[in-house]
Amino acid sequence: MKRTLLRIAIAAGVLLVIYGLQLGVEQGLTEYVQRIVLLAGINVILAVGLNLINGTTGQFSIGHAGFMAVGAYGAAYVGVQIAGSVHSLLGPGRLADGVIFNLALLAGALFAGLSGLIVGMPSLRLRGDYLAVVTLGFGEIIRILFNNAAFLGSATGYFGDDPSGLPTYTNFFWVFAWVTVIVVLIYNLTFSQTGRSLTAIREDEIAAEAMATPTTRLKVIAFAISAATAGIAGGLFAHMQAGVRPEDFRFEKSIDMIVMIIVGGLGSISGAILGGIFVAVSLELMRDLQQYRLVLYALLLIVIMIVRPQGLLGTRELNRLFVRKPKPRAEGT
Amino acid sequence: MTQFLQQIINGLSLGSIYALIALGYTMVYGILKLINFAHGEVFMVGAYTGYYAAGALGVAAYEQHGQNFPLYLALIVLIAAMAGAAALGVTIEFLAYRPVRNAPRLTPLITAIGVSLFLQNAGMLLFSPNPQRYPAILSEVRFEVFGVIVTNIKLTIFVVALCLMLGLHLFVQKTWTGRAMRALSFNIDAAKLMGIDTNRVIRSTFAIGSALAAAGGILFGLDQITINPLMGVLTGLKAFVAAVLGGIGSIPGAVIGGLLIGLAEQLTAGYLSPAYRDAITFVILIVILLLKPEGLLGVVRVEKV
Repeated sequence: MKRTLLRIAIAAGVLLVIYGLQLGVEQGLTEYVQRIVLLAGINVILAVGLNLINGTTGQFSIGHAGFMAVGAYGAAYVGVQIAGSVHSLLGPGRLADGVIFNLALLAGALFAGLSGLIVGMPSLRLRGDYLAVVTLGFGEIIRILFNNAAFLGSATGYFGDDPSGLPTYTNFFWVFAWVTVIVVLIYNLTFSQTGRSLTAIREDEIAAEAMATPTTRLKVIAFAISAATAGIAGGLFAHMQAGVRPEDFRFEKSIDMIVMIIVGGLGSISGAILGGIFVAVSLELMRDLQQYRLVLYALLLIVIMIVRPQGLLGTRELNRLFVRKPKPRAEGT
Repeated sequence: MTQFLQQIINGLSLGSIYALIALGYTMVYGILKLINFAHGEVFMVGAYTGYYAAGALGVAAYEQHGQNFPLYLALIVLIAAMAGAAALGVTIEFLAYRPVRNAPRLTPLITAIGVSLFLQNAGMLLFSPNPQRYPAILSEVRFEVFGVIVTNIKLTIFVVALCLMLGLHLFVQKTWTGRAMRALSFNIDAAKLMGIDTNRVIRSTFAIGSALAAAGGILFGLDQITINPLMGVLTGLKAFVAAVLGGIGSIPGAVIGGLLIGLAEQLTAGYLSPAYRDAITFVILIVILLLKPEGLLGVVRVEKV
């Protein structure tokens, strides 16, 4: 009981701090910088979520932009549909907006998580790299589907019924409240018993199975959670842009996410956070070099893999830097 | 009935292109257990090498005068593209894959994705992102058989692909290197102990797979009229699905899988809707992973510790 109260107090404190920061950010930073900060937050959600499956569980998804797209479209659509009834219930104002926005985000996460289940179940039954190919295919197909879905605006994109586009609910407070929630959830999951099972699957799937770990079920669950977090990020992104376009979720987006988690270190949550910020900032710095960006990213991936495959941090966490960890066993048969 | 036969003809010629590319996936996977994501890009570079080789041999002049491009020059274009792609494949293997060959399996996979991405974007910088019209190194002749339109291009695609696949079959079954390849795919450590220079055999595998992909690239250009630097992404994905469908690691399986994927795609485009032609491959992949993950001709391998 006491602990629950303490936790609620901490959560409220964190939200207050984020709210205070928001006031500061809106006063002190130009819109341009604010946009980068919001993008960095969204990237952190994407990276931490993708890291759960690619890093902690060791199953490689390269089509996560597809799940982000499902979440973005889902959140945008549901938000527009429920806006009327919520407003008639609560009247206009910030409370109603917050309720609509968060319900919409959760709906987007639900859609993305469900599509993760559908994609994950057939492909995660197998060992090997099939997930990479299936997710690559999924990312392409889902974009083709949105491109042809008339009720979601086809190739022009979905902007709601209002001519000014979707309401731009996304602000500093909501982005970083969600960042906090997702980082805490994923952190707790990673260092729980389930999380250790996931790491066991990454290190040696056969041994994990021999220890009665339900490998397929855990892999599918981790994948669905990862897809759902990408859905949340998609919903935040949609309500920042005031609309969703199919071309926002091209293969490049998936590559951006992979760069985020690899630069920071596959399997490290703090690494994913740093990587998400790195990509948001480097995207802005390289704006003039747009056409070279992906060439550089590709070279970065290859060089990191050859020189330091564990990334900047490896699987270490910044807050656990001084916790001794047994050396991972070399792979072999 | 005529329409059905027409779709079959088109499907077989498209499918034989997929089969040529699928061979490269299946050979590399058979030996290194690596999905060579860059293979689709090698196919793309092969098509562009053919494009520039044909340009250098003066295909434009022939087109202007309405003359046919001589057959021996067309053959030179094909060989140049195959050689260029083989060199690229070997270089990729040497620079990117060899350093990470013994790393945990995610590392080579990410490297392969990186190489694929690099080639796509380097291609866009070098060749311009806009689609290019493929030169007519073979001028089209149409003839009708029982109301079905057959072009010499579709026929050539099918025949060239068939010859190359037969050649590969003979190579793998009859030559020393071919036997070494089969030994490596069976057990790479044992092969090493038997005195096989594994690096050399892996190099040849990449060279042959890439050359076949380049041939596929030229045939693809002839068939689809235009090429672009991103053409390898979807085509490569389909060819990989073909390899999985046939049973990854199996050479006859890749051929059968390629033809089946080509047929499925054409029949979907003809009878359902052209919008779904790309989606059907993905559906096939999901179904095969659910029902028979080892593929049509693959062998079930027991995992041992």
